[in-house]
Amino acid sequence: MTLIEATGLHVSLGGHEVLQGVDFAIAPGEIVTIVGPNGSGKSTLLRTLIGALKPSAGRIRRKPGLRLGYVPQKLLMDPTLPMTVMRFLSLPRRVPAEERRAALAEAGAEALGERPMSGLSGGQFQRVMLARALLTRPELLLLDEPTQGLDQPGSAAFYQQIEHIREHLGCAVVMVSHELHVVMSASDRVVCLNGHVCCQGHPEIVAQAAEYRALFGTGTHGALALYRHEHSHVHDETCGHDHAAAQAPKAAEAG
Amino acid sequence: MLDDFLVRAALAGLGLALAAAPLGCFVAWRRMAYFGDATAHAAILGVALSLALSLPIVAGTLGVALIMALLVATLSERGLGMDTVLGVLAHSALAFGLVAVTFVPGVRLDLSAYLFGDILAVTRGDLAVIWSGAAAVIALLAWRWQALLTATVSPDLAWASGIDPRREQRILTLALALAVAVAIKVVGALLVSAMLLIPAAAARPFARSPEAMAGIAAGLGALAALGGLWGAYVFDTPAGPSMVCAAAILFAVTTVLRRLTG
Repeated sequence: MTLIEATGLHVSLGGHEVLQGVDFAIAPGEIVTIVGPNGSGKSTLLRTLIGALKPSAGRIRRKPGLRLGYVPQKLLMDPTLPMTVMRFLSLPRRVPAEERRAALAEAGAEALGERPMSGLSGGQFQRVMLARALLTRPELLLLDEPTQGLDQPGSAAFYQQIEHIREHLGCAVVMVSHELHVVMSASDRVVCLNGHVCCQGHPEIVAQAAEYRALFGTGTHGALALYRHEHSHVHDETCGHDHAAAQAPKAAEAG
Repeated sequence: MLDDFLVRAALAGLGLALAAAPLGCFVAWRRMAYFGDATAHAAILGVALSLALSLPIVAGTLGVALIMALLVATLSERGLGMDTVLGVLAHSALAFGLVAVTFVPGVRLDLSAYLFGDILAVTRGDLAVIWSGAAAVIALLAWRWQALLTATVSPDLAWASGIDPRREQRILTLALALAVAVAIKVVGALLVSAMLLIPAAAARPFARSPEAMAGIAAGLGALAALGGLWGAYVFDTPAGPSMVCAAAILFAVTTVLRRLTG
């Protein structure tokens, strides 16, 4: 039983077709990382899955009553809107204060409750958004570039938290990342997107080797892994990106 | 008591202020100030049509304000910039309204009553219309409060929670058209936006939550309505603009107070 299944998805934004014939499905408890260059339609895919964008063709099937948790990249909240973190967590469903505090603690943001939303740093914002997503007891957690602006130890810590939450709630996770090669090691599947699905597969766990420690830094506790792109097709000039150049260093050597 | 024109005026001003202030908060949070202007300016066209067709003024203004809001939504979906759409429509509607009024046969109309309001001439019937309109606005906002706030914070978060933000936008549009139709007798088409926005802006420095801001704005709006009316009585000034002046003074006071108290 898949949680959400998109078939032959076409999505246009402002007259430009961002997604062309994308097939995507996610099973309960699965962790999927979506990678791709800028403008490849990663956020568009996520926003289509939550229902914010209507596909021009193709269909999306959701498990009936599916509980979604969505963590956007940022919010464009007007500064005239006074909103503390605690108040924000009660939107749209009113939630008892102790439940909200527990969710903040689970997301590692227990000290932020009375802070205004507008005064949060990037990392704090992500944790608050995560806490809000957790309050819905999601079956599917969707995160749009949650590690943007975090350094590598920060990303690793965030990934470990996601992994912990998956174990705890048993939810599936779809995460978008702008990082083409370094992904969350707990990913069951990595999908490389560029308007369409270019390739997908397992990430490579390489935390032991010294050369990767140089690449990832120390102290990531195996939270990061490499993804080796295996494109079986070549793009023509209209595609706008070069798959060969996007190969992982190791993959390029091996090839 | 209702026989006194000042009491009727005070009640009319209070009714408008209590509904306009929380609605004005949403107008501020969603950056819809110009949208409010456009809807209000369109009301003048509504006045002209009501007079020509012998309809109640409220029906005409409400109808035209709603059509205006729909037009704005449609045109902005076609890819024109929102400011441009509103700039074109707001002033076109006002101009067409001003021109259309001159075609109404037999009426040598004092248009300034509709442009700047005529609160001292409020009748018992007007009061009933104002208070039912205000009650409808407050009921709409209270009913949709959580969903409206979510959609205001982020349309995407609303979608993910199963809320259609376009529906919430339509509800706000309806509330705005109602408020304009109610306000035209009190402060007039040109100053409606002021009664929406200024109390909300004046409330912002001391509000820690959206609910507090709406409450403080309603209080300040009521104070501005009564203070303006008192000023109009004492200094023999036009009542509608005096209420807006009172609101502006309150805005200046709260802003400075906030600075001083850090």
